[in-house]
Order: sequence, then C-alpha cells, then structure tokens
Amino acid sequence: MTGFVRRHPLMSGIIAIFALFLVMSSFTVVPETRQGIVVRFGKPVRIVNSYDVKRPFGSVGAGIAWRIPIAENVVWLDKRVRDIDMERQQVLSTDQLRLEVDAFARYRIVDPLRMYIAARTEDRVETALRPILGSQLRNELGKRPFASLLSPEREGVMENIQAGLNRVAHQYGVEIVDVRIKKADLPDGTPLQSAYNRMITARQQEARSIRAEGAKRAQIIRAEADADAAKTYAASFGKDAAFYDFYRAMQSYQITFLGDANNKPAPTTVILSPQNDYLKEFSGR
Amino acid sequence: MSIFSGLGALGRGLFSDNKGPWGQAPGDGGGDEPPSGGNQGPWGDTPKRRRRADQASGNNISSLDEWLQRSKQRLGGGGGGGLPEGAGGNLVKFAVLGIVVLWLLFTTMHRIAPEERGVVTRFGRYSHTLTPGIGLTLPAPIDRVQKIDVENIREINLGSASEETLMLTGDQNIIDIAYQVRWKISDPELFLFELAQPEDTIKQVAESVMRQVVANVSLQGAMGAQRGVIEGLVAQEMQQTLDGYKAGVSIQGVAIRQADPPAAVNDAFKEVTAAQQEAESYVNQATAYALQLKQKAQGDATAFDKVYEQYRLAPEVTKRRMYYETMERVLQGVDKTIVEAPGVNSYLPLNELKRSPVREPAQ
Repeated sequence: MTGFVRRHPLMSGIIAIFALFLVMSSFTVVPETRQGIVVRFGKPVRIVNSYDVKRPFGSVGAGIAWRIPIAENVVWLDKRVRDIDMERQQVLSTDQLRLEVDAFARYRIVDPLRMYIAARTEDRVETALRPILGSQLRNELGKRPFASLLSPEREGVMENIQAGLNRVAHQYGVEIVDVRIKKADLPDGTPLQSAYNRMITARQQEARSIRAEGAKRAQIIRAEADADAAKTYAASFGKDAAFYDFYRAMQSYQITFLGDANNKPAPTTVILSPQNDYLKEFSGR
Repeated sequence: MSIFSGLGALGRGLFSDNKGPWGQAPGDGGGDEPPSGGNQGPWGDTPKRRRRADQASGNNISSLDEWLQRSKQRLGGGGGGGLPEGAGGNLVKFAVLGIVVLWLLFTTMHRIAPEERGVVTRFGRYSHTLTPGIGLTLPAPIDRVQKIDVENIREINLGSASEETLMLTGDQNIIDIAYQVRWKISDPELFLFELAQPEDTIKQVAESVMRQVVANVSLQGAMGAQRGVIEGLVAQEMQQTLDGYKAGVSIQGVAIRQADPPAAVNDAFKEVTAAQQEAESYVNQATAYALQLKQKAQGDATAFDKVYEQYRLAPEVTKRRMYYETMERVLQGVDKTIVEAPGVNSYLPLNELKRSPVREPAQ
C-alpha cells in the first residue's frame, strides 16, 4: 500500500479524493424539518424521515441516511406545516350580494412518495391546490345567505371546505391541516358605498332619535315643574280664595302700571271718574 | 511537472506522517500491538508498514525514530514545492492544532443565557434541549445548537393608523381596526421543526381569528364596550388554532389599539355625538327652568302665607291698607285725569290714547 503510494503519488491522491467523495456522497444528513425520497435513476426506492403523527422528534427518521453514490440521489420535501395562500375570491351569496374573501390553507406532506410522483415539488402542489381551494370556497359560501357568510365558522362551512379540499389534496399525498378565512370584505364600489350609506343613515337616524328623546325628557321635566308649582300655589292660595283674589289684584296693578324689577311699562294715562271707589272721599260726603 | 512532484512529495509526507484523518487505509484494526508513545495517529500503524519497518531495523523504537526522521527529511527537502524547513512545518502544525482546539472549544461548549434554550440536533436529528448554563455537545458537524429565546415577547402589529384595515361586524357594518398580538415561543423544538413560516402563520391566524370574532359582535360593541371581550376571545382562539398546528407558540395577549368607524362615515358618527350633547343640553335647560319655577312658586306661596297670617288677624283694616298703598303707588307714577261731572265730555288726546289704552283701575 505505502509502496504504491510512494510509487504513484498522483494516482493515489486521485484515488483518495475519489474514495473520499464516495464515502461522503453515500451518507446524507436528514434534518428534522425535511423528508427525503431516495431516487435511483429516477425511480423512487426509499423514503427517509417520512411524517408520522405518533413519532416525536429525535426518535427515528432524521439523522444520517445512506445511499448508493452516483446511482441514487435524494429529493427533499418539507416535513413541516406549510401554507397555501389563496388569491382574493369574489363570492356571491344566495341573496345576490358579493363578498371578497381571502383565505389560506395549511397543509403537510403526509405521503411523500405520492406527492413526489404526482407533483414533485411543493410549489406545484400549491399551484394545483390553490384553484381548488378557491372553487371549494365559492361553492360552499355560495350556498348561503350573506348574513351567514360573515361568520362561516359557526355553521361548519370551514369543515366542509376543508373536507372538500382534502379529497383532492389526498391525491397529492398532502393533508390539509386547516382552512381559514383571513379576510371577508365588501368589494370596492357600489357594495361598499351602499354599506357606508346605510351606516350613515343609521347614524343620522340615531342622532335624530337621541335629539327627540332629549327634547322629550326636557318637556317632561318642565311639565313636572309646572305641576309642582301649581300644587304649591294651590296649597297656599287655596286657604282663602277671596283674599287671594284681592292680593293678586294688588300685585297685578302694581306690575301692570309700575312694572317690576325687569320691565318698565309704557306710560299710562288714567281717567278716573269721581264715582270711583278710590275717590269716594273726594266728593266730601 | 515540478509542481506535481512537489505535491506528490507533500502528499507522501502527509501520508507517512500519519496526521491526516484518512491517512491510513481502513481495516487495520490496530489491536495486535499496543501503539507506542511516539505514534500520533489514532489507529496506530498498519501491520504491513510495521512489518516492513521491523525488517529494516529489528528494533521497534529505533525503527520508529528512524522512520520519523525520514519522514521529516521527506517533508523538509522534497523537491521545489515542498516546505522549506522543519521549523516552518512545525509552525503550520501548531497553527492547525490551535485551530482544531479552538474549533472544539467553540463548538462543544455552549453558553445558554437564562432566557434561552439550546436545541441540539445530531446530524440533523433532534437530540436534546440545553437549559440555561454551560452545555456540552459533540463538536460542530455532528451536533448543532440553535439558541432560541423563549422569554422575549414578540409583537406583531396588524393594521395601522395611516391605513384602513376594514372588517365587517356582525350587524354588517364596517369597522377600521388596528391591533397588536404579543407572543413568545413556548416550545422551541416545535417552533423550529413544525412550521415552515412561523411568523407568517401567526400573523395569518391573527387576522383570520380577529375577523371571525369581530363578525360576531356589533359595531357598537366592537368600538366600545366589548373590546376586552374581543381581545380575550381572539387570544384564546388563536392559541387553540396554533396548538392545532403544534406551533410551539404561546399567545401572551391581544390588544386592540384602534377600533373606529371608517373615515367615510366618521362625520355621521360625530353627528351622533353632537346629538347626544344637544339632547343633554335640552335636559339641562329644562332642569334649570324647573328649579327656577320651583323656587319662585315657593317664594310666592310663602309671601302669600305670611301676608295671609296678618290679614286673618285684622281682615278689614289690612285689606283697606293694602288697597290704598297699592293705589298710591300705582297712581303716583301715571298721568291722571279726573272727570268731575258725569255729563261733561272732556277732550281726549287720541294719539296718546292709542299709545296707551285706558285701563280701569279697581271697581
């Protein structure tokens, strides 16, 4: 061996490098976040670290995996939960109202082999599932009136969408973990504007009713005050109606002809007859 | 060619120096003879070479010395491309050794801060998690440590004051809402291995849960009274959803920073506030009137009562006195005309009469 190395240094160097390459390329590190398909000349032969619900991290799967150098190579697929983000979809409710819906689905590759055969990459799976998510969403939401579109979670709509999407996803070796509606908005233009108008008129109505209610309360307070005052007057003046008449007449004359603290009356001319009670002593009888 | 021969010499030198990791052919057991003190390699010498060395000099130790010397010579004077002298070779060796020691030191000892956890993966496979303190692992290519801060509370802000984030409420109104989600990593392994884009996931879940919760409350509720309830519900629902993804994330809280009507309808909402103020002012005015009236009635009644008390003591006199006093005051301040005889018609200044109609005082 040493002799050979001494005699053919260049050759042995190349052989060593080649051996190193072989050793290196026959082992591969499998991280926890990925699952791999070992492909021999294009034909999938083995799966490493495939997803299993019951298997905790660090048990089996990830770690060092072997492969036949040159002949086999490893195709990596994500093992984690991934995201399909759908483009905005316009949904028409049964009562012909439109809603713009933005949804996302979370999925995980559970059957890497099938996924590899059907789509090869995650991107392709996502491209394939995106329109299906959209159509499932339209179908399920289109069966309902607008009011129930606002909270589809209450009526199990999301479960239906997920189940529908899962049927297709299954063909790609993919499991849908969750489907959720991210946004549900009124489309710009007329629907949004009419909603605004409705809000504005509702507010105006509220403002009016608040004003009217305030006026009503004010009126009641005034009426009660009047009633209270009348009661007080009656209790007091009722003691002697004749005297009240005289007393009030005296007050009234004074205010009428002389005014009170606030008002001065217009100048008055009084024409008195000598028969007047006030002037009865005038005649000297 | 000289370069090649130089390389060859270097290669030879390295091989026979027994330093390289793959210098010796595998399969040499190394167990038939205990390795001697001067041997630096981990697997000792190959039996083949040893046999050859034995043949050369019979004595084990001296043959080794000789061999070392020879290899030094080879390294030192091996053609044009070789290393110039032994001292330089030593320096390189020490440097390499130093780097190796440093590398071992840095990759086997890990200082984990109190708020951190170190997730150790051995050849990619999850091995264990280091708790705060100094953690020891195998060196770098074998074990890798990812330090994860599990105490730091992270924030995601959704919606902003400058841009409207519109949501439909349960009564089909539209609200402009901005909120903040505070979260931290509760399970570093799950966080690292379960989700492809953890932050995006949390954000999307927050948006979706907020939409879901807001769609179940009225506009008034979302703007005011039920904010606290909404925040609680969103945090709870987000936690459930993320637990469903095994995200290893714990939601610390959700805070609604802003929940206003959209700008397009803001004026109408201000009008409602104005109407409330107005209604309040109506009521205040009425209350003021009521108080005033009450006082006045009480004052009048009390005055009458007082006078009446006196009147009862001497009715006739009091009445006459009041009458004369009043007439005095009244007639003092007005123009008076007394028509003496009943048959005489006096000239009346009509223009003045027009201005001030005649009033008949007492009967």
